Amino acid sequence: MAVTDAQIEYLEDMATHIREDIIIMLETAGSGHSAGSLGTADIFSTLYFHVMKHDPANPDWEDRDKFVLSNGHICPVLYATLAEAGYYPRKEIMTLRKLGSRLQGHPHRGSLPGIEASGGPLAQGLSIAAGMAIAAKIDRSHTKVFCMVGDGEMNEGQIWEALMFIGKNRLNNFTLIVDRNNIQIDGFTEKVMPLEPLNDKLTSFGFHVLEVDGHDIRTLIEAFEETIFDKPKVLLAHTIPGKGVDFMEFKPEWHGKPPNEKEAKRALSELESLRSLGGKITSEYE
Amino acid sequence: MNMSKNLNPKFHLAGNIFNNPDQVPARNGYGEGVVEAGHADKNVVVLCCDLTESTRSAKFKETFPKRFVEIGIAEQNMAGIAAGMAFSGKIPYMSSYATFNPGRNWDQIRVSICYSMANVKIMGAHAGISVGPDGATHQAMEDIAITRCLPNLTVIVPCDYWETKKAAIAIAGIERPVYMRFGRENVPVITTETTPFQIGRADTYRDGQDATVIACGSLVYEALVAAEKLSSDGIDVRVINCHTVKPIDEKAVIKAAKETGAIVTAEEHQVHGGLGNAVAEVAAKNYPVPMEYVAMMDRFGESGEPNELMHKFGLDSKGIIKAVRKVLKRK
Repeated sequence: MAVTDAQIEYLEDMATHIREDIIIMLETAGSGHSAGSLGTADIFSTLYFHVMKHDPANPDWEDRDKFVLSNGHICPVLYATLAEAGYYPRKEIMTLRKLGSRLQGHPHRGSLPGIEASGGPLAQGLSIAAGMAIAAKIDRSHTKVFCMVGDGEMNEGQIWEALMFIGKNRLNNFTLIVDRNNIQIDGFTEKVMPLEPLNDKLTSFGFHVLEVDGHDIRTLIEAFEETIFDKPKVLLAHTIPGKGVDFMEFKPEWHGKPPNEKEAKRALSELESLRSLGGKITSEYE
Repeated sequence: MNMSKNLNPKFHLAGNIFNNPDQVPARNGYGEGVVEAGHADKNVVVLCCDLTESTRSAKFKETFPKRFVEIGIAEQNMAGIAAGMAFSGKIPYMSSYATFNPGRNWDQIRVSICYSMANVKIMGAHAGISVGPDGATHQAMEDIAITRCLPNLTVIVPCDYWETKKAAIAIAGIERPVYMRFGRENVPVITTETTPFQIGRADTYRDGQDATVIACGSLVYEALVAAEKLSSDGIDVRVINCHTVKPIDEKAVIKAAKETGAIVTAEEHQVHGGLGNAVAEVAAKNYPVPMEYVAMMDRFGESGEPNELMHKFGLDSKGIIKAVRKVLKRK
C-alpha cells in the first residue's frame, strides 16, 4: 500500500515531537545521551506510528510486534516515543533518571509499560530479541521482532554470537536496525575499531541487508515493509548523531551529555522552526 | 541394612547410605527431571551450548526436538536468548558447564535475566572440583558466590541424583530465575524417590546436640558419614542438607546455632562467598557461635581423580571430622 504524503508528514512531525521531548527530558535530568537519541527519532516515529502492530492500552497483548533497544543508553528516544504513543502519561518524562522514577537511566523491563527488555550493557538486547523471535517461531505466532543496536555496540563479541544464531535459524520474523552514526565514545567507529565492510559482514551472516537513510521516512517504511521470505533483515540505517539540532550534529562530544538550560532553549527553537518548516502542521499535537 | 537410627525417619533416606550406597551422577537427575518438567508443561524448553550429552540435556532434545535450541559455543548469547524466550512465556532451562554458565555469562545473567525477573533456569553442570582430570580451568568453585549475590536469583545445590531430579522438576513451578549446580561424577545416592524436597527449606537429616554440620551438594553424604563416625566417639552431630543456598533457611540456621552452639559448613566450593558465608551471615546477625568451614581454601584446583582431589583438599568426611573437633574446642 502506497504511503501518502500526509502520512509521511504526520510521521515527520511525530519525530520532531519526540526530539522535543528528548531535549526537555535530558535537560531536566541533567545527564544522559543526546546524540544517539536525537539521531534515531525518525526511525522510532516510523516504527511505533506506522510499522509495528502494538497497542499502548494493552502493552502485554500476546500478538504484538516487539521492539528491543539493545543500545539502552539512547533510551530517551524510546521513553519519548512510548509517551507520545500513550503508554504512560507524557508529563512523567520530567522524571527521567530521578529517584523513584519509572524512567530509569537505562531501560528496565517491569518498570515502564512498553519496555520489552532491560538494557544497557551492550549487545544483550540483540540476544534477547533473538530469543523472542525463535519463541514466536516455535509458537507459530505472527509476532515480528525489531531490535536496534548502535554501530559502536557491534564491537561486542555477543553481537556476532547472536547474528550467527539469527542467521542459522533464518529468523525471517526478525528485523535488525543498525544505528550507523559512525561515532562512539572514544571517537569515530572506524578509528576506534573498524566495522567495515559492515554490509558484507552482515550479508555473510545470512542477513538481507538494506542500506537506508535513517532520516528518510518514506525509505524507512519501504525497507521495513519489504517482504523477505527466508532470511532475517537488517536496516543499515545511516543517521546523523544529534540530528535536528544544528550544534549537536556530528559532534562526538554530544554522545553522553545533556543540553544545559541555554542549549536546550536553542535546541527547542531549532526544532520548532523545523516543525513549522515542515508546514501544514495543524494544532492537533500542540 | 546398616541404617543409622539417628537419621530422621521423615526423610526416607536410603537404607544403604553407610553400606555401599548406589552411585549415580547428579547430572542424570537433571536430565531426567527436565524431561518430566517438559511433559508437565509444554512451555519448558532447553537450550544448550554444544554440550548436550555431557550436561544431560540430550534426553530432552530427543523427547522434545522442537523445544530444544542448540546455541553453539556461545554462553552469553544463550543467556539473552533464554531471557527473550522467557519474556515470550517459555520456561527455558539453559545448560552448560558451571564455569561458563554462570561464569562466562554473568553480566547477561545479571541484567538480561535477574534484573528483568526472567523466568530462566540456569543449569550449571560439571560443578565443583570433582570434574577432576580436566583441571582448574573447568572446576567451577566460585559459581555459588557469583550467583548468591544477585538479587531475584534462587540458588540450589542438590545433594544427589534424586534431589537433583526433584529440584529440576520443582523449579519449573516457581516463576523466577533459578541457578542450580550439579556434578559430573558418580555420587552416593542418599535420598530416595519419597524423600520430601521443598525449595527454601533446609532439611535436618540427622539430629544432634553438640554441633551442626550444614552442607550442600556432594558434601551432605560426607557430613552424614562424619557424624556417624563421630557418634562412636560420643560426639552427637546434627546434619543439615542446605540444598537451597539462597534464599537460605534462616530458621534452621538459627535453631542449629542455639541448640548445638557450634557450626561447621561443608561445600565443594571456595570458602569465600559460598554456603559457609551464607550461614555465617545468618548466624552472625542472629546468634553468633563458633564456626569452621570445610571448603576450598582460596586456591585453584588441579588435575587428578575426583576422589584424590576431594581428599587432597579436605572436602570429605575426614575434613569434616577435623573441623567438628576444632569447632568444639571453641564452644
